[in-house]
Amino acid sequence: MSTANTTTTTVLASANDESHLVTYPRFLWECLKISFAGGPIFYAWMTLLTALALVGANAWANQMGEGMILTNMTDHVSWGLYIANFTFGVGLAAGAVMMVIPAYLYDDEEMHDVVIIGELLAIAAIIVCVAFVIVDMGRPDRLWHMIPGLGRFHWPMSMLAWDVLVLNGYLLLNLHITGYMIYSRFIGKPLRRTWYVPFVFLSVAWAISIHTVTAFLYTGLGSRPFWNDAIIAPRFIASAFVTGPAFLILALNLIRRLGRLEIPDGPIETLTSILRVTVWINLFLLSAEVFTQFYTGGTHAASAHYLYFGLEGKRALVPWIWSAIALNGTAAVILISPAGRRHAGLVLVSCVMTFTGVWIEKGMGMVVPGFVPSTMHELVEYVPSLTEWKLTVGIWAMGIGIFTVAVKIATHMLTGRSGLGPAARSRGGRH
Amino acid sequence: MSDLTRRAALGAIGATLGAAAFAKAMEPLQKFTSGITLDQFLQRHYRELSPEDVQVLLRRVEEDTLRDRGAHVEVRDDKPIPGVQFGYALNLSVCNGCRKCAEACHEENNHDRATNQSYIRVFEINQGSIDFETANTTYDHAVPAPGKYYMPVQCQQCDNAPCVSVCPVEATWKEEDGIVVIDYDWCIGCRYCEAACPYHARRFNWTKPEIDAEEINPDQGYLSNRVRPQGVVEKCHFCLHRTRRGKLPACVEACPTGARVFGNLLDPDSPIRWVLDNKRVFVLKEELGTRPRFFYFFDS
Repeated sequence: MSTANTTTTTVLASANDESHLVTYPRFLWECLKISFAGGPIFYAWMTLLTALALVGANAWANQMGEGMILTNMTDHVSWGLYIANFTFGVGLAAGAVMMVIPAYLYDDEEMHDVVIIGELLAIAAIIVCVAFVIVDMGRPDRLWHMIPGLGRFHWPMSMLAWDVLVLNGYLLLNLHITGYMIYSRFIGKPLRRTWYVPFVFLSVAWAISIHTVTAFLYTGLGSRPFWNDAIIAPRFIASAFVTGPAFLILALNLIRRLGRLEIPDGPIETLTSILRVTVWINLFLLSAEVFTQFYTGGTHAASAHYLYFGLEGKRALVPWIWSAIALNGTAAVILISPAGRRHAGLVLVSCVMTFTGVWIEKGMGMVVPGFVPSTMHELVEYVPSLTEWKLTVGIWAMGIGIFTVAVKIATHMLTGRSGLGPAARSRGGRH
Repeated sequence: MSDLTRRAALGAIGATLGAAAFAKAMEPLQKFTSGITLDQFLQRHYRELSPEDVQVLLRRVEEDTLRDRGAHVEVRDDKPIPGVQFGYALNLSVCNGCRKCAEACHEENNHDRATNQSYIRVFEINQGSIDFETANTTYDHAVPAPGKYYMPVQCQQCDNAPCVSVCPVEATWKEEDGIVVIDYDWCIGCRYCEAACPYHARRFNWTKPEIDAEEINPDQGYLSNRVRPQGVVEKCHFCLHRTRRGKLPACVEACPTGARVFGNLLDPDSPIRWVLDNKRVFVLKEELGTRPRFFYFFDS
């Protein structure tokens, strides 16, 4: 590695002499070019995602014009599908750290080579989260009221203010880490550890913080017993470490097939090992919560009753939550069964199942029962409207599009197919 | 035509089509953006305004109401009166569930006509318990019904208000006379306060409130009953545009049974003090530690 770096440095001396003011715009221009260049599969995929995102954009424009009356939320169930997806998305962003920990804390060399995929997932997921918060706001034109210094930022009292800080901080950390790595490779300069390693370690702790603070949004509300529960934060972290690895296993397999970045088996195996444990921890925490709710009973368990069995004939969430439990349970069994260990295909199926299961369980299954029954014990049900579904699909399409393009840029640059100077082309995808 | 130029041409066409589709998709947003003036967009938080700024703002709100709603109104900014701490008590033994209070609130506070909105909801509860699980607010029969009693619930003006703590932009706060208010022009509409309130006291404007010009109560307060914009939260404000001028809240005035008692907690001769001194009062959900300023009692 060190000899390779020395030769690279000499060959690229001319490129290195140029100021960043020249090379950085060239880097951005190159990123833009890569984003729009590709084969038929890439074009078809991006066209589909763009079309879906546009449907979402149109739904949002309508929602702003007519008001949030176009959603099915009410004063009783005042958060719904948007905040459910926001909560899930924060978990996905935090779960991406499960590639960073093996790579940097345990010096897993093979993981090191592909860890950037996890960091890019974190970026895309945070952007998705921010989008879900914005579409849930009645007055996004007043977003600037939240900017510290410009507006009135209610910190440290409001947990939402904390969330704004940690989510944006996590976004910036990951943008810096990935941006620095890709840009360094582009200009052919060796990485300087002081420029990224401290940030990587910070991002590990920060990943835990984003989901803990998001849990505190709910657990701090004494008026809603379903949320006012210390187990929510541990459950969020556990399920984040289910969805993160599950998504990444699927993504790595896809990149291996469609992209040009070499993905060794090691990282996929490591992530599968993590997933094997975390699906069970997630189920264990769920059962601890279910026991406490139902054995105690009483008014405090009314939301749990509504969620799992329905209450007074109202049972909108019952099919959802049992689907989630079936998906998570089946995936957990497959992952530890002998067959699940032998067949890579079964692992992929389990990933899809548990990813969907957690999406239900900690999305709609966590947010909506907090409101049903409401604080004065009124039973008003909530089923998302078409507008809400359009926006949700649109935002995820945007997020997946961002992830696709980011991975494309990263693999292009890291495999040396783009860069200043010929030496960049001869190097592998390592950093 | 070389391959390169053909690709560039195709790319340009694609980009143009994409941009056009985006513009078309976002077109309905105009209905929202055209309703917001630059002054409104840049307006500062109420508590950062000088007395002169406030006057300018009040006139602007009046002009906006005339332009948008066709109604001539007077918007004032009544400040808390030193030495006054407002409190409220409600006699459950005499309340008969007629909901005149909710109606008076609806008219006084320029509520949305389409939803028949009000800051007050009256629970019909079975005698022998204070069990909200078997209570309901949607009863539709002659009152009082046998075996039932009635508990109106509105903002409890908590001294330790969860809604105030959770607001990320300080759009809601407790005034010096104990009233929890909202700057409707600062609220971002995240509805975290709605999730936090234990009493279901807060309402969100899911769409632009609907109210005819001739029905608008022209006697308005900036922090109270002016017509609210779309997309913000609102709540009971003890009719501060009345009470800070020595009048009673509309709900107290409208109550035919005398169940509602309102006044200055610091005035030893006030009716509210008499109730607190002579009745065994309780507050709703005392265990949450919200310290309400709204008390309930039974005659006995």
